[in-house]
Amino acid sequence: MAERARGEPPKQRTGTRTSTAGSRPILPGVPIPIPVPVPVPVPGREPAPPPSSFAPQPNARPAPRCRRQWRRWGLPQDGGAQALRRRRGGDGGGRGEAMLRASLRQVSAALKEGQVTPTELCHKCLALIKSTKLLNAYITVAEETALKQAEESEERYRRGQPLSVLDGIPIAVKDNFNTAGIETTCASNMLKGYIPPYNATVVQKLQDQGAVLLGKTNLDEFAMGSGSTDGVFGPVRNPWSYSRQYKEKSAPESDPEHEEFKWVITGGSSGGSAAAVSSFTCFAALGSDTGGSTRNPAAHCGVVGLKPTYGLISRHGLIPLVNSMDVPGILTRCVDDAAVVLGSLAGHDPKDSTTIQDAFQPFELPNMPDVSKLCIGIPKEYNAPGLSSEILAVWSKAADLFKNAGAKVIEVSLPHTPYSIVCYHVLCTAEVASNMARFDGLEYGHRSDVNESTESMYAATRREGFNDVVRGRILSGNYFLLKQNYEDYFVKAQKVRRLIANDFVKVFRSGVDILLTPTTLSDAVPYIEFIKEDNRTRSTQDDILTQAANMAGLPAISVPTALSERGLPVGLQFIGRSFQEKQLLTVAKWFEKQVKFPMIQLEEVKGA
Amino acid sequence: MAAAALGCGGGWRRAWRCGLGGPLPIPIPIPVPIAVLVPAAVPVPTRRPPRVVARNAGGGAVPAGKSGLAPWVPVVGLEIHAQISSNSKLFSGSQVQFAAPPNSLVSFFDASLPGTLPVLNRRCVEAAVMTGLALNCSINKKSLFDRKHYFYADLPAGYQITQQRVPIAVNGSLTYSLCINNKMSQMVTKTVRIKQIQLEQDSGKSLHDDSRSQTLVDLNRAGVGLMEVVMEPDMCCGEEAAAAVRELQLILQTLGSSQAIMAEGQLRVDANVSVHHPGEPYGVRTEVKNINSIRFLAKAIDYEIQRQIEELESGGTILNETRAFDSKLGCTVPMRDKEGMQDYRFMPEPNLPPLILYDTKSLPANVNHQQVVNIDWIHERLPDLPSAKRAKLVELYGILPEHSFTLVNEDGLTEFFENVVKQTQMKPKKVIGWILNDLLSYLKQHSCTVKESPISSVLLADLLNLLEKKEISASAAKQVFEELWKGEGKTPLEIVKEKQLQLLEDGEELEQICQAVIDEHKKEVMAIKAGNQKVVNKLIGLVQRATQGRSNPVLVKQILEKKLSE
Repeated sequence: MAERARGEPPKQRTGTRTSTAGSRPILPGVPIPIPVPVPVPVPGREPAPPPSSFAPQPNARPAPRCRRQWRRWGLPQDGGAQALRRRRGGDGGGRGEAMLRASLRQVSAALKEGQVTPTELCHKCLALIKSTKLLNAYITVAEETALKQAEESEERYRRGQPLSVLDGIPIAVKDNFNTAGIETTCASNMLKGYIPPYNATVVQKLQDQGAVLLGKTNLDEFAMGSGSTDGVFGPVRNPWSYSRQYKEKSAPESDPEHEEFKWVITGGSSGGSAAAVSSFTCFAALGSDTGGSTRNPAAHCGVVGLKPTYGLISRHGLIPLVNSMDVPGILTRCVDDAAVVLGSLAGHDPKDSTTIQDAFQPFELPNMPDVSKLCIGIPKEYNAPGLSSEILAVWSKAADLFKNAGAKVIEVSLPHTPYSIVCYHVLCTAEVASNMARFDGLEYGHRSDVNESTESMYAATRREGFNDVVRGRILSGNYFLLKQNYEDYFVKAQKVRRLIANDFVKVFRSGVDILLTPTTLSDAVPYIEFIKEDNRTRSTQDDILTQAANMAGLPAISVPTALSERGLPVGLQFIGRSFQEKQLLTVAKWFEKQVKFPMIQLEEVKGA
Repeated sequence: MAAAALGCGGGWRRAWRCGLGGPLPIPIPIPVPIAVLVPAAVPVPTRRPPRVVARNAGGGAVPAGKSGLAPWVPVVGLEIHAQISSNSKLFSGSQVQFAAPPNSLVSFFDASLPGTLPVLNRRCVEAAVMTGLALNCSINKKSLFDRKHYFYADLPAGYQITQQRVPIAVNGSLTYSLCINNKMSQMVTKTVRIKQIQLEQDSGKSLHDDSRSQTLVDLNRAGVGLMEVVMEPDMCCGEEAAAAVRELQLILQTLGSSQAIMAEGQLRVDANVSVHHPGEPYGVRTEVKNINSIRFLAKAIDYEIQRQIEELESGGTILNETRAFDSKLGCTVPMRDKEGMQDYRFMPEPNLPPLILYDTKSLPANVNHQQVVNIDWIHERLPDLPSAKRAKLVELYGILPEHSFTLVNEDGLTEFFENVVKQTQMKPKKVIGWILNDLLSYLKQHSCTVKESPISSVLLADLLNLLEKKEISASAAKQVFEELWKGEGKTPLEIVKEKQLQLLEDGEELEQICQAVIDEHKKEVMAIKAGNQKVVNKLIGLVQRATQGRSNPVLVKQILEKKLSE
């Protein structure tokens, strides 16, 4: 593998970028943290001037030994943050860093103009992944293939024939999407070492458009969880745990010993993808969303999380949780980027019979969206038990924003919402029981050494391969599907699902355009707190505001809105009509512009 | 057992792990046999009196119990799995082919790789619709797919996709005929109701290598499309079931929806058998599996009926169990599985939307015809079914209905017959005798199919033309036929010449031979002259022998009579 010597700038350079690397934003419009009413402003800290006229690699220390694929770096159990801190380069937010903080559309423009090359960008991301490995966002880093893809992309740019706006853009993919030749684990012992022979359709589409796949992101085992804490490769740490915003609010005394107890979860199950986008190691990431798995971590990590309409994006190659609710999710740093990625993924796939036949028209969002003619519905049931007063306040402020902009804001009712979570539990576990039946140790994946009989081998394989959460869901799912229980549970749950879907239909038919709700009940909790409750309890609480959209198949998006009193992100959710992504994203973009959510100030990475 | 495949276990698994893509023809070793279909020590059944259950095929006659107290009514229903004849599998693009190298026709979906999804094969849907129409079913415009769960090594996903709730076709019927007491002249026509036809996936194949305590799995068949045809329990003996299955087989082959070759597993029949007394509810039924020919189907059912009667009459009970037919021993034995206990945990298949079919009325405008199946369009293009073919044969050739039956039921015989008729002046009514009496009995004797016959339709037509033109006698024709069967490439005419079998056209020579016979048999001549005309036949036979069958008996008779009256 061709690895550049550390610190050495890329040979091929274009433009005149060396002289003013740090003194002006390289990219027009690179977001600068803007104080908003909720968070405390941190003025003048970014970007710091670089020590030299060159933009050195962020990672000034020797890169880890090159392996075919490095994954699961042995994480220091304590003091990891310090190690992280020591490793940072001399560049405190110089042009390399600034580049990584750009939005996807901005960096795409920079690539087109030759201000940066795909390999440069890829190297920078890989280096940042290394220096933020403490976050445990990635299970597998596909360094070699990423660099190869970047070089190919560079060649295309050289010829002036980039494939698309995504060409050369580093992206990350949740580790429950199949990636040909790259290990796909679902964070489970069952699939450790499993290298799929094919690409998921969404992965293939990204690659066909030139995107650079950096690696596979961490999750709860088989996406079953809401914390990204229950995978076999360990929990994902929320980058905001290491932000100045959080530290100043919640840990003024920078005691490294306390840090280990204070870091907060990302939410889940797409926590790795959310952390990757939030910590600037990639410009967009794929998650999956079955009950909120994209929107929940997006809210906790301060990024945009889009769950498109069921059937708009192919599930082929997504290792299923609940086939009738799974949707590939999109995590980006802004709404415009989500629209770009959506445009590149949406549309019929002959390999997924549940995708819609109609051709999808990619769209751009208006620069000055107008919400004055819209009717925003505030579903009263989403003021759920356990909703923190802080979030309630943010929600209500958001409603006022719309009101002030001339939109009609009304309270609406989705009366069956309270039954949603228990109904979801039955449908989810039933499909899980079915979907997991294929993991028997015969064709692929883990196989136990127990060999007294085929049945004992099956049993041992599944006991060794799955964690308690997965096994628990398989057990209850099979119970619900038993002949004597089927009518009482599965059929009843399906009927309730229909009622829930009808609730939305009625509300939208009554003239409401978009629903505005919180995404989560509170901001992210520290890991230590989170694991005090079991996965089932947590999932029940955490999915409560998000999973009704999955039941109804509707598009929904979580938009970072404000910082909590503890300096952690809070997101609000918009739910739109089926296949009305354009309207949904337009509203989300308008809202994003209003709230001016602050950029994360990652101390460890940026350096003090 | 595929010996070549042994000893390299795990290779296939490794292939997936390494992401090599295509599967390798390597089996999966499993430590212990997964299932033993037949217990090692099969109890050899004691010889049973050949009780005549089949007799009631004629209807009415029900075998009396041993005790003679009450008669028993056997009830037989069938579940038939017909493999759909299609290029690719039901939900994947893998090829369908019999006897391909193990695991060479396996797509990622067939091997249940995580993340793969089913995509319905249009051809399989059309085959099922065609079959449903041919069996007088109503076709459901909307049908659904379900998952049926059970763990088995040759079922990679852990569930089979089938149509449990709403199958593609329902409420049909099948009319079939059978002869009573094995007499072609006594045919009866019966009808069995078709409950439903459902589309479903086939499983792979497990090969149990007991000596090595391992099971080898071949997934070539996994995911091939099946039509499960469920027949109501309207039959009452093995022969009826056999006749019904044979008729179904013919229909499937005529439609081309399945090749329906039982020996290749393209048609698999499970029989549900029970017995009860008239007026009482049906008895507990058993399911008989592992039947791989129509002959064995009749045998297995009759055995099972007999077994149940004897069991009940000796005070026993019938268990609701699955039994396997052992063709060597001619009996059914319990299968060692927990099938009765299984809960299949049916669930809707979430990856397949409902299957919507259209007719010309409901067909949406501007639709891509590749995307839809039009029932009416298929209906209009149904080929002639066997029953229609038979009626046409009777009408066209003036042959007897039972003859048309044999023609249609023997694969390729109708075509053979029609080809002969086309090429000969002989009347079809006479040709049919040669086909059914001579050709068919030779074929049966040598266990040949019509296609394998060494005598082609052209050769037989040539032969019959010689007969028709009175160039050879009937008995000479039989000799030629026997020669032709040897398949030495000679034409009938060559054989006739070689063996000098042509009729003696030289009247003089024949008269001389006749005279010689008269001269040598004074006693017989006396008898005839005394008025016993029957003795003439003896003299005719003697002349025939002397001419090696080359004489025309009518002519011989004339000459003899003339000479004797002189």
